[in-house]
Amino acid sequence: MATTLPPPVQHEEEERERLHDGNGGGGFRGLVPETGDLRAVADPKGEPVRTGIWVGLAAITMTFAALTSALYVREGSGYSDWTHITLPPVLLFNTLALIASSVTLELARHRVADSMRGQQRDRAPAMLWLNATLLLGLVFVAGQYVAWLQLRAQGLYLPTNPNSSFFYLLTGVHAVHVLGGLGGLTRVIVKFRSAASSTLVLPLRRSTVDATSYYWHFMGALWVYLLFVLWLKL
Amino acid sequence: MSEASAHAVHAAPTSFIRKYIFSLDHKIIGLQYFALALVAVIVGMVLSWLMRIHLIAPNWPIPGLQLLSKVGAPGGVMTPEYYLSLMTMHGTLMVFFVLTNAPFAAFGNYFLPIQIGAEDMAFPRFNMMSFWTTLVGFLVLIAAFFVGDGPPLSGWTAYAPLSAVGGDSGPGQAVGQTLWGLSIFIFCIGSLLGALNFISTTLDLRTKGMTLARMPIVSWAWFITSCIALLAFAVLLPACLLLVLDRIAGTSFFIPSGLNISDHLQNHQGGSPLLWQHLFWFFGHPEVYIAILPSIGIVSHILICNMRKNMLSHKVIIYCMMAIGFLSYMVWGHHMFLSGMNPFSALVFSFPTLMITIPATIMTLIWLGSLYGSNLRINSASLFCLGFISMFVSGGVSGFFLAQPTIDIYLHATYFVVGHFHMVMGVAAIMGVFAATYFWFPKMTGRMMNETLGKWHFFLTLIGTYAIFMPFHYLGLAGNVRRYSAFTDDFLVPLVPVHKFITYAALFTGAAQLIFLANLAYSRFKGPKAPENPWQCTSLEWSTPSSPPPFDNFDGQHLVVYHDPYQYGVKSSTGDYLMQTSPERAGETP
Repeated sequence: MATTLPPPVQHEEEERERLHDGNGGGGFRGLVPETGDLRAVADPKGEPVRTGIWVGLAAITMTFAALTSALYVREGSGYSDWTHITLPPVLLFNTLALIASSVTLELARHRVADSMRGQQRDRAPAMLWLNATLLLGLVFVAGQYVAWLQLRAQGLYLPTNPNSSFFYLLTGVHAVHVLGGLGGLTRVIVKFRSAASSTLVLPLRRSTVDATSYYWHFMGALWVYLLFVLWLKL
Repeated sequence: MSEASAHAVHAAPTSFIRKYIFSLDHKIIGLQYFALALVAVIVGMVLSWLMRIHLIAPNWPIPGLQLLSKVGAPGGVMTPEYYLSLMTMHGTLMVFFVLTNAPFAAFGNYFLPIQIGAEDMAFPRFNMMSFWTTLVGFLVLIAAFFVGDGPPLSGWTAYAPLSAVGGDSGPGQAVGQTLWGLSIFIFCIGSLLGALNFISTTLDLRTKGMTLARMPIVSWAWFITSCIALLAFAVLLPACLLLVLDRIAGTSFFIPSGLNISDHLQNHQGGSPLLWQHLFWFFGHPEVYIAILPSIGIVSHILICNMRKNMLSHKVIIYCMMAIGFLSYMVWGHHMFLSGMNPFSALVFSFPTLMITIPATIMTLIWLGSLYGSNLRINSASLFCLGFISMFVSGGVSGFFLAQPTIDIYLHATYFVVGHFHMVMGVAAIMGVFAATYFWFPKMTGRMMNETLGKWHFFLTLIGTYAIFMPFHYLGLAGNVRRYSAFTDDFLVPLVPVHKFITYAALFTGAAQLIFLANLAYSRFKGPKAPENPWQCTSLEWSTPSSPPPFDNFDGQHLVVYHDPYQYGVKSSTGDYLMQTSPERAGETP
């Protein structure tokens, strides 16, 4: 029957305007806009996690800056017990694994983005690279533990000498953060996988995937820096 | 409205536990922080009374104290070590769980999202985690009273090697100190999560029309504070980790060689006690600005509203806050002038310390200049703002002296320092919290606090705190060393009458706080209903459809902001002010 109702309110213009007015739109984070246009949700400007991840990484940087300065001060503390330890060679293998995991994560990220944009219905390639990243991350952590075992085999424990202390400290704190990154990756994988293969709507935001990736790459870069400091100083 | 709930950051909670216990709502989290700070300040104040009573009557048994610790207070008479333990817990509770929590975490969590027009914080789950983490940190700290041989005695500054060697260095230094280290470690994580939230929310969730320039000064203060907090707590975190490792894992980050404590040669070598001081104070100095900056913002906000005109330059106040935040990272060495450092380094730290006085003075002059000739509405909130300015100046000027290494040689570790930081942190910052409570109580509860009681509270507190802390400067100049549990030396005995006066003033002022607590409790349930905008304030928190605000703050409305929050003294349909959300343009100034 003929309707006397006014036509439905046009949300699309408002939505895009609100999302792109540069001010974040007041924090309304609709996952699926009324128009059903995924491009509006794929990467709305001002997703807080895009800022949040850099803020978090700034804090982590300060923590490791403090630890680095502690290392320098301890070295120069005047008591001549600063010795040298041989870094376990497995560290190089671990480094390669971590760098490889960054590569696989980038490959995964682009494929996930394609899925989210609706350009790719087959989720398998994205899942493959995500799982590869997770696996390489686990290999890294396991390898770090092997490095610890190798150091223990040499009789170098946490309190043995300042060099061993800093070795365990720096690798340990880094590994804790990597485990956090693995948690984030697992969350992305679970969410990505949980979407039914027929629908294009994913319970996963691109900003979440991006933030997780930035964190992971940062952990890789941080490790390269730490390895350099360990090699230079210990 | 279905649109609102579909777009809500998180769905409205239904169960009691989700609404009030494990709440994702920033308002509830803010109130939880406030409640935690209230508990912490009561415990901290009781500890201060115990300390003050002991100082004037060291051998007098305090009834009931032996119940708290048989070892520390046999028969109720406090041992010198237990005095130091109570002092340590007093400082730790007050600096961390009161001064970082109340002005920043409590009021910031409650009002920052509303003032910028957002529905909630950027990361509500991190927000909830940050409160519960802080609470766990509090419980771990309080546990130190009841386990092992009591709380640590190394001061809130926990200097190594005293804090790092373990039980040999005194009662409370075994389990107690480790609990302290763990507690602060956990607290750092909570604060970092909070700071992350504040920064992301401010940058990303401002509503349409709310540019950074249109944010109220207090939101700027919370934002700048969270930037400082992010970098500072990230340094305290590894410092506490290293301390705990020294204690339980046998490492020697902070413990030098050859230490013989209580006839035990310590099995550590090569560590640097100075390293702890550097790490701690690199955090510790920004921490005190974390404590004061939110109150600076609160006071500016409330004064603007009650003067019915803007500050002489709100922009300069914001720039000064930024300058203070930036400079705060360059001055930590002024806590270490007497550590044996190179006198040239002392000069290098002294210079930015004196420079920090410049933005602080500029802000004070702006406040005073703006107040001059204004018709300030007098109410409890604005009175506490005036009290803040008074205390900020009184307490701040002693900083000019302490900033100079040569003078500090004499004044370091005397009551002069204690007077300085208590006046600026312990009183001024708390006055900011009181002002905020009286000002925002109507918005948080829908009821007004009692004005008469508020005024009594103010005047008694102002007189009382001046009576307590002004004499501290005299004591310091007379050479009264701090952290002593009794004054038996020749040059200290004549000062005991001053201490008696201070103790009586402290107990009196403590009693005066009961007025505030009674007012708070009574008004919460029986206070007169508040009008929508009792202070006729322009900022967004007064645009919420109800008090307390609804779950998503604005009931699904997407606010649009047309003005800065300084539209006072203008002709408008609402009176002499324009709300930020009002599309009206200001008429001619009356």
